[in-house]
Formats: sequence, C-alpha cells, structure tokens
Amino acid sequence: MTVKNSISRRATKAADPSDRVFTALVGAASTLVVALLVGFILLLVLDSTDSIRRFGLGFLAGSKWNPVKTEINPIVFGALPYIFGTIVTSLIALILATPLALGSAIFVSEYAPSWLGKPVAFVIELLVAIPSVAYGVWGLFVLVPIMRNDVEPFLQATIGKIPILGALVAGPPFGQDLLTGGVVLAIMILPTILSLSREIIAQVPRLQKEGMLALGATKWEVLSKAVLPYARGGIVGASMLGLARAIGETMAVTMVIGNSSTRISPSILTPGYTIASAIANQFTEADSPVYFSAIVELGLVLLLVASVFNIGSRVLVGRIAKREGGADA
Amino acid sequence: MRKEVEERRFLGRSVRGAVNAAIAIVLTALSVSILFAIVGHIFVNGVGSLNADFFTQIPKPYGETGGGIAPAIAGTIVMLLVAGIIAVPVGIGTAIYITEFGQSRFAEIVRFAIELLAELPSIVVGVFVWALLVRNLTGYSGMAGACALAVIMIPIIARSVEEILKLVPDGLRESALALGTPKWKVVLFVVIPTVLPGILTGVMLSLARAAGETAPLLLTALGNSFFNLDLRRPMAAMPLQIFNYAVSPYDDWHRKAWASTLVLVAIVAILSGAVKFFVRRWKHESN
Repeated sequence: MTVKNSISRRATKAADPSDRVFTALVGAASTLVVALLVGFILLLVLDSTDSIRRFGLGFLAGSKWNPVKTEINPIVFGALPYIFGTIVTSLIALILATPLALGSAIFVSEYAPSWLGKPVAFVIELLVAIPSVAYGVWGLFVLVPIMRNDVEPFLQATIGKIPILGALVAGPPFGQDLLTGGVVLAIMILPTILSLSREIIAQVPRLQKEGMLALGATKWEVLSKAVLPYARGGIVGASMLGLARAIGETMAVTMVIGNSSTRISPSILTPGYTIASAIANQFTEADSPVYFSAIVELGLVLLLVASVFNIGSRVLVGRIAKREGGADA
Repeated sequence: MRKEVEERRFLGRSVRGAVNAAIAIVLTALSVSILFAIVGHIFVNGVGSLNADFFTQIPKPYGETGGGIAPAIAGTIVMLLVAGIIAVPVGIGTAIYITEFGQSRFAEIVRFAIELLAELPSIVVGVFVWALLVRNLTGYSGMAGACALAVIMIPIIARSVEEILKLVPDGLRESALALGTPKWKVVLFVVIPTVLPGILTGVMLSLARAAGETAPLLLTALGNSFFNLDLRRPMAAMPLQIFNYAVSPYDDWHRKAWASTLVLVAIVAILSGAVKFFVRRWKHESN
C-alpha cells in the first residue's frame, strides 16, 4: 500500500514538470498567435495616428489625395476614391460570382449524380489554389484585351443607349478599369462562395426535402421552397466571406484596374484604385512620415472592413450549422 | 375536365423545373470552363519559353535574349523553408493547445484570433511586417519576407491541424492517460502519430498558399535580380518576378511572365497534389 502510493506519487511528480514544460510551450505558441493579432492592430493604429489626427474623418470622406505639397495644393489625404473603387469592384464581383456559384452549388449538390457532381465541384474549387499573381497575368494579357475590344464596346452599344444607365458605361473603353477588376475578383471569389454554399445546402434536413417531395412537388419546387429558404442566411454568409476576400485581394486587381485615376465617376469603365492596390502601388513611394501614416491608415481601414464582413459571415453560417445540430437532437 | 387542368398545370411546373435545371447546368459549365480557360492559357503561353536556361540563369536586362529566373526560384524555396521553420511549430503548438487544453476562456480567444488572422488581407500582413521588422530591424530582406509568409502560414496550419486533432477519438487519449502516461507523451507519441499524414497535409497546403503570395513580399523581400541566398539582403521570389515581368512594357518579359506563372502554378499544384497523396494514403491506412 505505502509502496504503491509512493510509486504513484513519484510518477505524478516525475510527470508534472515535463507536463508543465509542454503546457508552457504550446501555451506560448498560442500566446504568440494572440499577441500577433493584438500587435497587428496596435501597430497599425499607432502608425496611423499621425494621419488620423491630421485628417480625422476627412480621410474617409475626402477625395483629394495630394502627397506632394505644391503652391496651390496643401498636403491632404482623402481616401474616398480608393474606398469607392473597393466598393464598386467588390460589388461587381459579388453580382457576377454569386449566381455562378449558387447555380453550380445547386447543380452539383441537387441535380448531378455524385460521380459527376463531386469532380465538377473539385474542378471549380481548384480555382482557389491559383496564386493571385497568376490571375493578374491572365487578367492583364487575356481578359483586358477581351474587355477592351469586345465586352466594353458591346456594353456601350446596349446599356449605353439607355438614358440613365448609360452613364455606367460612359467613356472610352480602356480595358484596365473597375469593371475588369470586378470580373477578375468574381472569378477569384467564385470557389469560396461555391464551397460554403455547398456545405450549407448539404445541411438542409433530408426530412424537409422528402416532405416536400411527398406532397408531389417537382425537384425545382423542392429547391425553391424547401432548400433555398432554409439555406438563405448561410448563402448570404458565403457571399459575405467572398466579399471579405474580394475587399482584401491585392495583386490581381492591381494588375488590371489601371491605377491611374483618383476621380470618382459613375462609369465602371474608368480606371481606378482599390484600397489594397493603392497600398501596393504607393507604399514604396511614401517618402514623408505623414504620407506613410496615411498609407498605414488605408491598411487599417482594409483590416477593419474585411474583419467585419468575415465575422458577419461566420455568424450567419454558424447559425445554420447550429440549427442543424438542434434538428438532429 | 378537371384532370385536363391538372395535367396542364403539371406540365407547366415541369417545364419551369426543366428550365431552371438547364440554367443551373449552364452556370456550372461556365464556372468549370473558367478554370480550364485560365490553366489552358497559362500552359499554352508559358510552355514555349521554358528551357534549361530558364531554370538556371539569372534574369538578363532588357534587350539581351535568354536569361532565367533561377534567383526567384531559389529565393522562393529559401523563404518558404524559413517561413516553415517558424510557422510549423507555432501553428501546430497552437492547434495542440486548443484541442488538448481547450476548455479555458483563453483557448476561445486563441481560436478567434486564428480565424481573424486567417482572413487578413495579405497586403495588410505586408504593411504590418514592414512596420515591425523592415523599418528598424532588418531592412528589405529575405528574413522579413519569410516572416511575412510565416504570418500567413500560421493560421492555416493551426486551423487544419485543429480540425485533424479533433478527429482523434477521446478513448485513445483516455486509455493512454489511464496507463499513467504524462500528457505530453500522450499528445506527442499517441495522438500526433495517428494523424501525422493529416498534419503534413495542412503544412503542405499552407506552403502552397504561401508560395503564391505576392503582396506581402512586395513590402518585405522587395525582389532582387541577382542570385542571393543571404537572408539579410533583399531576395527575389517567383511571384515578385512574375509581377515585375508582367507590368513591364516588353514582349520578351511578358513571355517570361507567362513561363514563370506556369512554373509557379506547377509548384503550387505539386504541393497541393502531395496533399492529395497524403490524404489518400492516410484514409487507406485507417481503413
């Protein structure tokens, strides 16, 4: 009895220090991750204080971006054109990618037999593995000429004739403009929206679909009245994650968006900037502290906006998963 | 009479269903064709410029023919290795903490931090590493580039390893603990070996993703047209080389951009293909 006790005590004693070391090590790794995120935000806030203090809300609302002091123009940084470019390209991407992704998700998970659906989904989701700079090369050399010579003249010949909508496609078709940026982004976020939508459609309770079928509904009626309403929140969440990725995407957009104008115009055929492409283009040019500070503030804005959409998406998708858990129990 | 009405209504419903199915098929075909278009273009435009020199020579200035992207290939490999050395222990350690010690409030915070880090825009990672390292400590250097890639890899590794550790049945842990095995031995010698292929998959995936990152390297490694393996100096990388070639005005450089893109996509495909191989072997073994 005493022998046994002492052995076990010795065993725990021997185990204790090594366990403590191990716990400390993995704990340190986790602490590093948290510190990384906190340091991230702190450093960006710290470095942008100069710009925040000098320009305040004008940074978000102003549309003059003058990094160099001249006789008539004082140094001022207003990021509105970049924010505008980001919103326009991301919205174009979302409008183009969501129907494609949703249509594909419905086809592969509801219509196609699994020997066809799985490889098809796999092929589309391979798009996510292609590096962003490869999209940029493809966009610059293949997509831009197509947009300039075919798509944009076509849009001007059709939409351009309609009185108010015509302003959307006014101006000479450059090819390197907000529309092309949006198209490249749409391709890049397509696999994101598709794979999340598939997951969510797969979580629709079988009973709900079978009940609908038993009432004599056709396949499409089951989809539109049982599947899609159930999955709606999650699909919105999937699109939001796509949006978050579109907002943060840099290289591919930088290569096709033109990077030449800080003018806000209603036409999606104007060359422009997004927040991310502005950072990539101007970072190495930032020669004065306040210019640098303004660029870092752009990064901070990007970080906050992308995180908001990211968290929103997680909440929406998580709610569907939770409901599914409840239905099972 | 009534039956006829019913039949006509049913016909209408069927037609509507068929039309919508057709729309779904068309949208799917369009999505699939995008991938083939992009990969096809990259292959067709890139394959012509590939030769032995392309992999072994340094880039030539404009006007001289030939030259290659050897410094960029070497730089990418070196930075990936260093980034891996930093990111793999941190990522796996974090995942172990979350799954094996994960009841605390702190673990929740860690999980949330990983989620946010994983979705950070990569250009912001570049700005962060610039402000943290490049500005005062390292200057534009391969080391800073590797750190930026590590920041991108850590959450990817942590997330995938966490998913995989969750698959290990608790019974396995409990039986090892019941034998009096200390926790660290249980984790390192019982839990981890059962999912080692899965962990390798996660690491490979993160490498594939980091290999293609451009924006953070633009602000950290800067690029270099000469052969350099010194981590303290600016270092070339394939994505940077591709970007510089692509935005240049020269046709010859555009051809090289296509060829480098082909090589980069091939590297990413090989890394991700290795993933598939591991996953298959692992599933095979567990069956």
